[in-house]
Amino acid sequence: MSYKIYEINEDLLDVMPQEIRDLQFKATWGNPKRGVMDLPYSKELIEEHSLCAGCPESMALRYIIASLPNPEDTIIVNSTGCTSLVFPHIALHTVHSLFGNQNAVASGIKRVLEWRFPDKVKDVVVLAGDGATVDIGLDCTLQSFFRQERITTICFDNEVYANTGGQESGMTVKGHVFKMAPKGKQWEKVPMWQLAIDSGCHYVARLTVSSPKRVETVIKKAIYVAREVGPTYVHLYTPCILEIGLNSDDGLDEMRQRDKERFAFFEYMSDAAKEVIERKKEEGLI
Amino acid sequence: MQVQEEKVIYNRAGQRVVSPDYLLFEAPRTKHFMTGSEAVKEAVKRASVDASVSYPITPQSEAAHLIGELWVEGYVGVYFRGESEFGVMSEVAGCAMAGARTITTTSGPGTLRAFENFPMWAGTRIPVQLVLMARGVNSPLSIQPDNLEVGFLLDTGCMIWYAENAQDLFDMILAGFVVAEQPSVHVPVITVVDGFFVSHTREAIMLPPDDIALPPYNPYKAPMPVIDAEVPPGRFLRDPFVMKSNYISYATHASWQWEVRAAIERSRPFAKHYLRGLTEEFGDPEAELVFVACGTAAAQSKEAVRLLEDEGIKARVIKLKTIRPFPIEELRQAVKGAKYIFVPEFNVVGWLEREVRRYLYGHSDAEIIGSPRVAGGMTMPAEVIVKEVLKLTGKEVKHVL
Repeated sequence: MSYKIYEINEDLLDVMPQEIRDLQFKATWGNPKRGVMDLPYSKELIEEHSLCAGCPESMALRYIIASLPNPEDTIIVNSTGCTSLVFPHIALHTVHSLFGNQNAVASGIKRVLEWRFPDKVKDVVVLAGDGATVDIGLDCTLQSFFRQERITTICFDNEVYANTGGQESGMTVKGHVFKMAPKGKQWEKVPMWQLAIDSGCHYVARLTVSSPKRVETVIKKAIYVAREVGPTYVHLYTPCILEIGLNSDDGLDEMRQRDKERFAFFEYMSDAAKEVIERKKEEGLI
Repeated sequence: MQVQEEKVIYNRAGQRVVSPDYLLFEAPRTKHFMTGSEAVKEAVKRASVDASVSYPITPQSEAAHLIGELWVEGYVGVYFRGESEFGVMSEVAGCAMAGARTITTTSGPGTLRAFENFPMWAGTRIPVQLVLMARGVNSPLSIQPDNLEVGFLLDTGCMIWYAENAQDLFDMILAGFVVAEQPSVHVPVITVVDGFFVSHTREAIMLPPDDIALPPYNPYKAPMPVIDAEVPPGRFLRDPFVMKSNYISYATHASWQWEVRAAIERSRPFAKHYLRGLTEEFGDPEAELVFVACGTAAAQSKEAVRLLEDEGIKARVIKLKTIRPFPIEELRQAVKGAKYIFVPEFNVVGWLEREVRRYLYGHSDAEIIGSPRVAGGMTMPAEVIVKEVLKLTGKEVKHVL
């Protein structure tokens, strides 16, 4: 279906709150060309968020949700952490079940939806932090890649357990001092994008969210490839400005700096993925 | 003359859809000889199952293989092997959220590996069925029958039913879906059997024909929105509750947990109907010597009743078919007139004895004795039960066993 499910009963239109009416009249449903350029003019599918002021993760979420090519038939699976604070505010089907099992839940959902609706396109997208994706959930993450599940996995890497108060994670850079690593992290940042390639992902990208348009392009590629070929993985740097001691207007500068070093834009695609991406470009969808 | 035409409906596997009552109670049955694992296959074959995810662990593996065969034959829609029990229980959760009738199986250490998922299942209000073939948990390593894990599961918010034998298991799996999927219930059901004793033992079992099956699951009758983007998204459950630290969010979380338990309570009339009672009684209804047991312990207690009869001692068994909901009223009624209540169990802690004591407190003057108790794969021969009973009740015996 099914953006029709968002249509309000005519008799109730006048009593519905403005933001609900906007979801029907000003949101971008049914248009695969929707993207970040619509943000100033349309009703966003994120009503609000409860993240810190200036949090780059909140930017990432807005760009991603604005870029979904098929929001009316997209299921989002998330996990515990800062990101889980946002999902109750998103006007799509979202699932939170446990910390670290997001790719397993997404696998079950995707397979059943393919079986129940063989003639429909239903995208399943996982959005989770670095702790959920790489530490506690690494098994479920990689296993879903091995099994070639047709889902898109997006990791918000802030290089720390932020929601629990700033503990070292597998994605922390070696030497950084965080809680639980009082002498500084003793080992290297996990090269998750490389693990994703080695584990069978067909499209992998690593980037910061400093450029909204680039985020849009990457998300669309990842979703189209997942739909037709197999698992895709997007690794985003969304620094925790709170835990690295920055002001709320410093997030963008921090990301721009990292664009030049450990988060320099990196993209991998398999031959099958390349074919899909070229075709979607020709159709004007990317 | 007017001929009444009944519309015949077929499921995706091409089986004729019949009512649960017809399948369970009315359809003609024929006698077969099979293991408990094979009985699982026969039940799943007639249950219009949409999805199953598997993982190897003794003694449940064979049941999981056989569900895979049903998938190949087209009786099950989605089937694959997951990465671990934690992954599997999350995958079946995803399947159920997306609107599938879902079943999986596990045992012992697998149950514990998966554990975080069970309260999540209940809180998510998905009617997943888990067939649990109970086995000892580490350490030390054991693959032998032992049902300690059931004690851990009691307060997860899942219904817990306990089958005595392959016949019970077959009927309970079918009834399990029907009861768990009631809109007023809609919580998971864990159908327990003792590993090996039931899973690997061949016995006579009566089966209805295999060209009929349960009506398919209708996810749009569920009390929670199905995650398929065909209905407006639910903003209230499958997101975490405690998104704001305030009294309302705490109260919401607390009341939701109450509601899950209330849903189990609401399953009583359905379970009573489809299981033909939450308890089953065996032996002399006047006997003062009562065994309260479930699973294999109930089967062995029945044998002990026969042996005691030979000694001139009247005894009876109250078999519990459901542990959650616990058959409180049934048990209180049944133990009226009892002087001794024995609770034989296959675990070291005596979780069933604790349950029996809890619900009989203030309702029975009988002496409650948590014995005999075996564990780690030990068997419980009827003679051992008899010996224990004679010793603890100080009965005179004609001969020594």
